[in-house]
Amino acid sequence: MNSSALEENTQEQAFLNISQVDMVFPTPTGGFTALKDVDLQIDKGEFISLIGHSGCGKSTVLNIVAGLYQATKGGILLQNKEVNAPGPERAVVFQNHSLLPWLTSYQNVELAVKQVFNKTMSKGEMKEWIEYNLKLVHMDHAMHKRPDEISGGMKQRVGIARALAMQPEVLLMDEPFGALDALTRAHMQDSLMEIQNELNNTVIMITHDVDEAVLLSDRIVMMTNGPEATIGEILDVKLERPRSRLSLAKDVEYNRLRSEVLTFLYEKQRKVENITSKTTAPQAPKKKIANSK
Amino acid sequence: MSLTTVSLSRLTNTDQVINIFKNTLSKITNTMLLPIIGILIFLFLWSIAAASIQTSLGTFPGPNAVVKQFSSLYSEHVVEREKAEAFYERQKIRNLAKQQKNPDYVGKIRAYTGKETFFDQILTSLVTVTCGFLVAAAIAIPLGIWMGLNKRLNLALNPIVQIFKPVSPLAWLPLVTMVVSAVYVSDDPMVSKSFLTSLITVSLCSLWPMVINTSIGVASIDSDLLNVSKVLRLPAFTHIKKIVLPASIPMIFTGMRLSFGVAWMVLIAAEMLAQNPGLGKFVWDEFQNGSSDSLARIMAAVIVIGFIGFLLDRLMLQLQRKISWDKSSASV
Repeated sequence: MNSSALEENTQEQAFLNISQVDMVFPTPTGGFTALKDVDLQIDKGEFISLIGHSGCGKSTVLNIVAGLYQATKGGILLQNKEVNAPGPERAVVFQNHSLLPWLTSYQNVELAVKQVFNKTMSKGEMKEWIEYNLKLVHMDHAMHKRPDEISGGMKQRVGIARALAMQPEVLLMDEPFGALDALTRAHMQDSLMEIQNELNNTVIMITHDVDEAVLLSDRIVMMTNGPEATIGEILDVKLERPRSRLSLAKDVEYNRLRSEVLTFLYEKQRKVENITSKTTAPQAPKKKIANSK
Repeated sequence: MSLTTVSLSRLTNTDQVINIFKNTLSKITNTMLLPIIGILIFLFLWSIAAASIQTSLGTFPGPNAVVKQFSSLYSEHVVEREKAEAFYERQKIRNLAKQQKNPDYVGKIRAYTGKETFFDQILTSLVTVTCGFLVAAAIAIPLGIWMGLNKRLNLALNPIVQIFKPVSPLAWLPLVTMVVSAVYVSDDPMVSKSFLTSLITVSLCSLWPMVINTSIGVASIDSDLLNVSKVLRLPAFTHIKKIVLPASIPMIFTGMRLSFGVAWMVLIAAEMLAQNPGLGKFVWDEFQNGSSDSLARIMAAVIVIGFIGFLLDRLMLQLQRKISWDKSSASV
């Protein structure tokens, strides 16, 4: 880790500081540079979206912040403390919910709560806190059902409840609604805005969905294509909250932001096929690409 | 208009009844009729083939001879039990008589040392296989979990596992016999040497499927679940208890079922040579005995061995259904 680079940036005193991060993955044919000089400062309570084409390293950035990967160069500072291992203060909502299939919704959240608040909460308080969080995501009716008994959207809600119940400093979401159908997704986005309105978490969310990014974010971070992906542009979203998708549909500012993101994605960073065989495994094409034209 | 609808609905009603009837009929055919037909055809072919095979011990036993031997094995068992009871009864009477003469006399009860019957031997075999399997499981499952968690250990031990896995119990047996007679020396042995030899041989052979399946099950846990554990910073023990064990329980059970099958197969061979008083010894004794009934009695033992093996597998399946969260993995 480059300590001098870290020291320089501590002066900025950002809540979460992603400081000049490089990520090189070892491959049989030599290092593959996935990220090059990713630098981003995030304030407390900010909602950040990371958007970019598949394989541009969005997930890698998130995994480095989560501590699941170690940056090759540069590093992460959370409240001026270096991050180098995963921890519950940086809770992750995984793309495919990652609930333990042998536990009920309640028990899944309980596992996290027991681990985080082991010393500070009594049994009764824990129960209350678990139920509060499940209520927050409107899952209190299916608390005692197991993941295979509830729908995909509901599983993702429980995943969010589990992350929120850790009372994280930063909430990291890796395409949380990517696997859901359009209607459920819209519903989940509304829920998330509602929760965010109440708790004012610091959030980093990866998305492929332009509308989702504009609707939810305070800032949209657009990433260039890999290899050596980095931050291309950052777009400030100064739409008033609470936001409603219906009234925003005709909003001039909303549509300007939307077209800026689209311009970035489909003109400036147009995905050229077969850049390199080393990019990550191909993903299914997103419906949104067709919709947005 | 209304008339036609009524008759139409009636028609669909009778159709439904016919459909239900058809469904139950096909269910009965599938679960009962077809297996019975299969068994009948097998019995028919067996009796034809048996009649045309002449051995030095007479004609090869057909189904009839085997059934006859089943009943004679049972009556032998009853007779032997009666003898044993009579033996204990005589001792009791004798002791009482001695106590009346001399009140300080403490009666001794000597154990009945008559020949084990077929049913005693089944019981011995079941006890031996269960003990052998449990010993193997107690070693294999923790080892498999450790190997699954630690890639280096897995790489180091994998060749050993792969080499020992295909070894026949017959190859182990002489070694085990010698080691047991050298190491297990006691004036008042808790269990007989032959029991211990069979048990260890069974364990040695049934270890490997469990080790392999457990380690694969643990090593192939979804990385997302492992990430959940990392984000929560679960301590090692909690990680194994809350994530690793439940996630790999379907694979562990698959390994246990395979191992139990192997254990039962190995046991018969081990008992034959170790002279542990079980089904294997029964087969061996009948073979050495060489009477005209011997082949039919061995055939009876073969059927019993097969049937018990089947029941043991079903038992494991029921256990899996009860314990595992993943009901879909616990199908036949």
